Amino acid sequence: MSAHYPGLIIVIPLVAAFLVLIGSLLNKRLAFPLAALALLGSLLTSIGLMIRVMRVGVVEYHLAGWAPPVGIAYRVDHLNALVLVAVASVAFINLLGTRPLVADLFEDRLGPFYTLYVLLVTGLLGIVVTGDAFNLYVLLEIAALTGYALVGMGEGRAPLASLNYIFMGTVGASFYLLGIGYLYLVTGTLNMADLAVRLPALYPSKVVVSAFVICLAGLCLKMGFFPLHAWLPNAYSHAPDPVSSLVAPLMTKVMVYVMVRIMLFVFTPAFAFDLMTISGPMVWLAVVAIVAGSFLALSTRRLKRMLTYIVVAEVGYMVGGFWLGNRLGISGAILHIINDAVMTLCVFLTAAAIMARTGSDRIDDMQGLFKKMPVTMAVFVIAGLSIIGVPPTCGFFSKWYLISGALAAGQYGFVGALLLSSLVNLVLFFRIFEIAYFEPFDAHHGDPSAGHGGRVLSEVQEAPLETLAPLVATAALLFALGIYAGDIVSLIIDHAIPVGIL
Amino acid sequence: MDSLLTNFLAKYNYWVYIGLVMIGMYAMIAKRNLVKKIIGMNIVQTAVILFYVSIGAKKGKMLPIIAHGHGDSGHQAVHAIDYINPLPHVLMLTAIVVSVATLGVALALAIKIYRRYGTLEENEIAARINEQ
Repeated sequence: MSAHYPGLIIVIPLVAAFLVLIGSLLNKRLAFPLAALALLGSLLTSIGLMIRVMRVGVVEYHLAGWAPPVGIAYRVDHLNALVLVAVASVAFINLLGTRPLVADLFEDRLGPFYTLYVLLVTGLLGIVVTGDAFNLYVLLEIAALTGYALVGMGEGRAPLASLNYIFMGTVGASFYLLGIGYLYLVTGTLNMADLAVRLPALYPSKVVVSAFVICLAGLCLKMGFFPLHAWLPNAYSHAPDPVSSLVAPLMTKVMVYVMVRIMLFVFTPAFAFDLMTISGPMVWLAVVAIVAGSFLALSTRRLKRMLTYIVVAEVGYMVGGFWLGNRLGISGAILHIINDAVMTLCVFLTAAAIMARTGSDRIDDMQGLFKKMPVTMAVFVIAGLSIIGVPPTCGFFSKWYLISGALAAGQYGFVGALLLSSLVNLVLFFRIFEIAYFEPFDAHHGDPSAGHGGRVLSEVQEAPLETLAPLVATAALLFALGIYAGDIVSLIIDHAIPVGIL
Repeated sequence: MDSLLTNFLAKYNYWVYIGLVMIGMYAMIAKRNLVKKIIGMNIVQTAVILFYVSIGAKKGKMLPIIAHGHGDSGHQAVHAIDYINPLPHVLMLTAIVVSVATLGVALALAIKIYRRYGTLEENEIAARINEQ
């Protein structure tokens, strides 16, 4: 059984996606439990896989028994085992936390919604688990297509935002496919491990250089790296709340993982960091991404939009950290993939809970929320502190690795950008805390008869328990990831990075 | 000049695919009508498919079906060089499915947009959004 974990991890949700649809035709209420079971299945499988990888090292799985390079191989090492657990758990927690909201928003479309949800997670898990460059493209499109459909299910400007997302996403994926085509042209293989063996002999070739550039451009477009981020804020802020809290934490992070995978394990670090002299410019682009993302976040008064700009800045953290090219920086980038997935989930889930209660996404409408929703706001404060980077939350530790990596590489611009962005995040979140801490101005004002009885207005109106429990669990996870950051790096991430990188 | 021309003619498949990508990109950037943009997107995807299909093709070679494979008593060695490469073609079956699915989702969204704003012209949609 455990030998089939790498296959099962996507077969379970893939089959379940169709069962959800069939089940929902029989009875609408079957959709959620089936989806939850499927994602629980992938979560348990991914944890089993993680344990196996930590015990015995790299796990290889050949689909239908065809050995690579002919067949498609799933190859799980420390890097993707870690990302798999993160993806599966974020998707599962979000599924539980958004159930009341989904039941409310998509009352008549529960079946399609959960089918797309589970398919999207299948695609993301597949992208992470696969060891075949073309298979990755197919799974990328599965994840992307379901993502477009889910974003398009929203109200107002969502379909337009989703269509722009399709344009950008399709161009990004086509570029990736083109890059892979160039590599196939010179090597005759699509298996990642096989490519890594055959490519070094061909490094001076212009085809390989073009493949590298085209792949990287496509991936940067898909992950919303700064100058190519235009689709991201609209798509994520107009998407229905349960969708944005799934897509925002996972999509960009998984694409950053793909970049790490392709750069380190298809092109070798020697090629990506030394032969191609783009590390410096990429770090500076990341600096621009971080600064621009932070200030764009500062410029908006809408909660969800602000959070999407923070996502843009966070992508800059990870890309910049990776292109520092040293062990500390790459560790920081990989650790931040995990931490940022959980942080983003936490803020988007709280935002969804808040907006469900206040019915508005304006920051100014959040007055008095600490009294109305004490638990939700407490979680929001923890998530905010983590994004700012206050110990012992996890955000501090990945930032610590990133800054140490930048100092070791002599990239002081990146250090400056990280510190500046922390300060801007501080302003962003404390602005919200300040607004939310005080009662609405006119609640008591000019109404002497109300007296202290005016408190009726600020009665506790917490989010439903079903939402609250996952929220508190996520907040606890933020602390746990912070406290065990050292262990995660020494036990898992250290093994994930090739030995050659110092 | 002569070598450039022969170079161009010898590798015309690549030039065609580059041209198609450019046409598609132009439509996506310059056209205001959403359906035209969607067509542009589809042209880009088709161009990539053409690129893959052309790298598998060989002039004057056979389909990748072994001749006289059945019922032939004598075992002949199969020379891969006599056959076109089927792998890129098979990959493109998947890519074609992906591009059709993308087109479907994009057109469905275009319908949704048309129902909401009553137009598919980008500038008119922007005007409607500003009115609201």
